Amino acid sequence: MLDNNQLLRFTTAGSVDDGKSTLIGRLLYDSKSIFEDQLEAIENTSKKKGHEGVDLALFTDGLRDEREQGITIDVAYRYFTTPKRKFIIADTPGHIQYTRNMVTGASTANVATILIDARHGVIEQTKRHAFIASLLQIPHIIVCVNKMDLVDFSEEVFNNIVSEFEEVSSKMLVKDVRFIPMSALLGDNVVNKSENMPWYQGAPMLHTLETMHISSDINKVDARFPVQTVIRPQREGFIDYRGYAGRVASGILRRGDDVTVMPSGFTSKIKSINLHDKELEEAYAPMSVSITLEDDIDISRGDMIVRSNNKPEPSQDIEVMLCWLNNSPAKPRSKYTIKHTSNDQKAMIKEVVYKYDINTLERNSEDSDLAMNDIAKVKIRTTKPLMIDPYRENRTTGSIILVDDATNETVAAGMIV
Amino acid sequence: MSKYYLNYLDELESEAIFVLREVWAQFENPVILFSGGKDSILVTHLAKKAFYPAKIPFPLMHVDTGHNFPETIQFRDDIIKELGAQLIVGSVQESIDEGRVAEEKGKNATRNALQITTLLDAIEANKIDCAIGGGRRDEEKARAKERFFSHRDDFGQWDPKNQRPELWNIFNGKHFEGEHFRAFPISNWTEMDVWNYIKRENIAIPSLYFAHEREVVWRQDSWIPNSEFLVLEDHEEVVTKKIRFRTLGDITITGGVESDADTLEKIAAEVAGMRNTERGNRSDDKRSESAMEDRKRQGYF
Repeated sequence: MLDNNQLLRFTTAGSVDDGKSTLIGRLLYDSKSIFEDQLEAIENTSKKKGHEGVDLALFTDGLRDEREQGITIDVAYRYFTTPKRKFIIADTPGHIQYTRNMVTGASTANVATILIDARHGVIEQTKRHAFIASLLQIPHIIVCVNKMDLVDFSEEVFNNIVSEFEEVSSKMLVKDVRFIPMSALLGDNVVNKSENMPWYQGAPMLHTLETMHISSDINKVDARFPVQTVIRPQREGFIDYRGYAGRVASGILRRGDDVTVMPSGFTSKIKSINLHDKELEEAYAPMSVSITLEDDIDISRGDMIVRSNNKPEPSQDIEVMLCWLNNSPAKPRSKYTIKHTSNDQKAMIKEVVYKYDINTLERNSEDSDLAMNDIAKVKIRTTKPLMIDPYRENRTTGSIILVDDATNETVAAGMIV
Repeated sequence: MSKYYLNYLDELESEAIFVLREVWAQFENPVILFSGGKDSILVTHLAKKAFYPAKIPFPLMHVDTGHNFPETIQFRDDIIKELGAQLIVGSVQESIDEGRVAEEKGKNATRNALQITTLLDAIEANKIDCAIGGGRRDEEKARAKERFFSHRDDFGQWDPKNQRPELWNIFNGKHFEGEHFRAFPISNWTEMDVWNYIKRENIAIPSLYFAHEREVVWRQDSWIPNSEFLVLEDHEEVVTKKIRFRTLGDITITGGVESDADTLEKIAAEVAGMRNTERGNRSDDKRSESAMEDRKRQGYF
């Protein structure tokens, strides 16, 4: 593996019937990422269950309950590496009752893969998956039209599905969509190019993942540095050192930059940027560094260092697309802890503006109950201002979670409108 | 291509440093679980980087089964000295002596499962609210579902079906008195990533990872080191082989592989060509399909 190889995170949404597990198994198997002892374990289980050959789908089943029921309940992470890239797969279940898992898996992904069964075309579930990908602003979508072997590898079937999908996605905010006809079971167009579909001129899935341009996906314009903690070494040589530790959320920060500390509004200049004992000229997302400033200012966790000519909007009233993640529904006007970058505040859901019907994707402004898996636009009021950006411009400073103080559970995730 | 992107190792490093700083900021009394294995050494190295030029702010906690490789203990003591960090030891032998746990019987007896009680006792006794571990999601199927911040109830138990969702990089470490968290900063690293990074940063690791001559016994498809704790069967024979260890656990259950890899470069090359997972040589994982999940539910590492 080369030193400049990138990391690509992709999410898969699909149900057992789409062949999603088979697809992942195939990717890992054909890219030689399955170890012999793992393969042996799967072979044994396949035999026990009476399957013919090796059931590659078994490879992705993690927990005991899932192995017993043959379904994927949670988000499972898988890893593989090719000579070109390292990949992380967030493998999520596809059914409606697992919307929250799909949202979770999608939150960190560069690429969403959406599986379509070629026999059934675009169904409600497909629309939901596309909707989630657009809601979470995943920069790239690969639509895998699977089970082409069951429709005689028909180009016409494939083209119809492409049109159907484009009609759906035209109403959503998706940027880069690619379509690949494949048979995960037989291995067509997953790692190796299909001989059964000479009419398909594009690349197989793995090659697409390996070559996709992802370094422009990160916001490099708006410099945002949420402070995680302050480093004050009580040791010789560093008595006056005061480093602000954090991870660059977006943009580029350079030594000598004029910066403003939010929310206090104090201004200073960047004196140094450090990573361990190295001094850096500049830092960009998603680097973890420590920053020192020319002036001695009171800065603590939850503050944000930004460039003085480009500041986020401090706001106590925010509009959010909220996905409810918890078994207990939202209580009207109840209070939560809102977590935004390194900042914690108290917050209240003031109003449910509208709720999506997850099946039809229609907005309903009559229904204001928020239960597990619901997605709704809400208005939130916080006790102190948060330094926010719209989610579509900034996935880090545009996202929040809500924590129920009574249970400490994470009950909702939100994207700032 | 734009120069403003990180390569995969830098991105993994940056993510791990972020997680370690979140732990420091969100918990009162966090520790690093230190076994002397490469993963906990890596986590310690990353913690050093995360808080430089300050000293590493976490004590290292070692759950000592008493069945150690002597090299591991030496390495542990050296690193503590170098970092000027505090060492907390939880002793399985003491747990046995106090009657908290009973030693397993039979030739395949290990102290592996006994560690759970010692670990949880040490967490409680030292009022630890977050134990940072070197667990990786690629290691084992139950670990594939671990969160970066993983909640444990007041019995120290993991409830894998009822985990807090973890979105973006917003971690929720809120907990009630008596509960604690496990944090896994290197969740997204694979064995290969760990070796490539150790090589790149030239991190010191115990000599056991390098090929060396050792007395061993062939048992359960791997070379188990001969030691005072090993009970030999009649048909078993002690031989001397050039081996190295891919993971380090108790001396009684950690199998070695035959190898000539005596430098980090050679190890990385060897790992790249390996056709078996690293835990394939750990007899503790071979007990059943869900051996790891069952132990983890109870509070294992």
